[in-house]
Amino acid sequence: MNSKNLIKIENIILQRGGATVLDIPEFQVPHGRILALIGPNGAGKSTLLLMLAGLLKPWQGKMYFQGEHIESRADLAMLRRNAAVVFQEPLLLNSSVYENVALGLKFRRLKNGEIRKSVQSALDYFGISQLAKRSAKTLSGGEAKRVSLARAFAIKPQIILLDEAFNSLDPPSRETIIDDLKEILEETKITAVLASHDREETLRLAQDVSVMNAGKIVQSGTTVEIFNQPDSEFVANFVGTESILEGIVNSTTDGHMVIAVNGKSIEAVGDYSVGQKVYCCLRPENVTVSNYTRGKISARNIYEAKVSKIIRQGFFYKLTLDCGFPLVAYITIPSCEDLGIAKGGAVIASFKATAVHVIRREK
Amino acid sequence: MELIVQGIIKAFELIISFDPEVLGITWLSLKISGTATLISLFIGVSIGTAVALTNFYGKRLVISLINTGMGLPPVVVGLFVTILIWRNGPLGFLEILYTPSAMIIAQAIIATPIVMGISLAAIQNLPPNLRLQILSLGASRLQMVWVLIKEARLPLLAAVMAGFGGVISEVGASIMVGGNIKGYSRVLTTATVMETGKGNFDIAIALGIILLLLAFLVNLILTQIQQRQHPR
Repeated sequence: MNSKNLIKIENIILQRGGATVLDIPEFQVPHGRILALIGPNGAGKSTLLLMLAGLLKPWQGKMYFQGEHIESRADLAMLRRNAAVVFQEPLLLNSSVYENVALGLKFRRLKNGEIRKSVQSALDYFGISQLAKRSAKTLSGGEAKRVSLARAFAIKPQIILLDEAFNSLDPPSRETIIDDLKEILEETKITAVLASHDREETLRLAQDVSVMNAGKIVQSGTTVEIFNQPDSEFVANFVGTESILEGIVNSTTDGHMVIAVNGKSIEAVGDYSVGQKVYCCLRPENVTVSNYTRGKISARNIYEAKVSKIIRQGFFYKLTLDCGFPLVAYITIPSCEDLGIAKGGAVIASFKATAVHVIRREK
Repeated sequence: MELIVQGIIKAFELIISFDPEVLGITWLSLKISGTATLISLFIGVSIGTAVALTNFYGKRLVISLINTGMGLPPVVVGLFVTILIWRNGPLGFLEILYTPSAMIIAQAIIATPIVMGISLAAIQNLPPNLRLQILSLGASRLQMVWVLIKEARLPLLAAVMAGFGGVISEVGASIMVGGNIKGYSRVLTTATVMETGKGNFDIAIALGIILLLLAFLVNLILTQIQQRQHPR
């Protein structure tokens, strides 16, 4: 048993009403990392989360928590006490914010002084100490979400499970909550697993991704691996076709950034500070392929590239280019013929700075 | 019209003068119905919660039976309790026929399905994931159930009001098993029936007003508690 894994499951088969809900030969939750389970509705993400939280009894198969085989009811209860789940709905009790955050600690029969300290630090983490005395039922969606997160963190769990936790929030509060959560997870080193079907949320939070479909895990890997090298059509369709490039902001002037990617520079728009680790996301339809070597164009990003793969997809070609970093481009059939593009051939790839979608990644 | 005015005047006379007989009747009504409601609360909430939280074969039938029980006719309850505690009945050895104890039993039987039905619905109405959420925070089964009951406290207080309202105003069973014995088992409703029968409308109206006032006061207090916990 690898000690790097907090939870490991083997040969899990869970059936409900004759249908197989989960069928997972092997799956691990690495210790101290943030893992995203992504997949369409009904893929089994939530069920797997509940299983990891000790809220379901596996019907068949083995599950290990910190190397311990989870077998008896007592083992399951132990797992339950080390895990905390945050659901899509905040599910707060009709009492004060303080009482809600203290709930898990009261179940553990801690002394009042200890409870007060833990609640206070959890409230501080999520910036909601001013809400302590408010009735939980009068909170806004974003505030309620923060309370439900603080409640989960207050018990200092080994693992925190987030089930589509940010779905029902409006975009601005969603972004700030995700950023805050990311920071807190990095600081506390608590292992997290989130079920999500949102690309951006996954990119922002997760270091590892497992893609699920119909109760099975179809691909696992680091976030960049999954997004850039989907190994099946299903995963490719689900994660989208954007090129995702890891980079670091090198310089920034008036919202115009130069980002270092694999020794190359990409210019993009946005105001992240220098040194910030980011993802540069590029849609393949925004990449222009040409053989121009002279003259000026408005695109700020121009690279000499080699065509490493050509795949026909319906009415266009999908080119995988190597510009020192991998880049995917769509071109129509006539363009491909006009340019005489062939595998291994040299082309010029260009895209505008405004076409680069920049997302913050870990510090 | 004159009758009503006279009745109201008489009622205030009786209330203001602290008429010992009326006071005694009122106190007994409160005691019997209060105790019966309390008993129904323990049985009703625990069984109602248990039914709401467990899945078993025939659950729907059980829920239908409980809901039917919410409209149990008091005279039918009175009849069966009488048969049970009749001198030669199976519980005759208790010798409680025509006592306040018998009235408490009968009223508790009337109030229990009301409390049970409302608590069942209240617990079932909580968000389905709430149980998982509470368990995931490390609650034991018992702690989970207790949190759910506390969370459903507003509808549960409504259950108390409905149960108490049902038995304080009930007359059939009380007269059958209590016997309306003066100074012993005479309550507001049975006294009202008797005074009406005797043609003493003014006293009957006075008793009726006291009954209404009592029900109003109890509900007022319970509503205060309920709304205090619900700031909006």
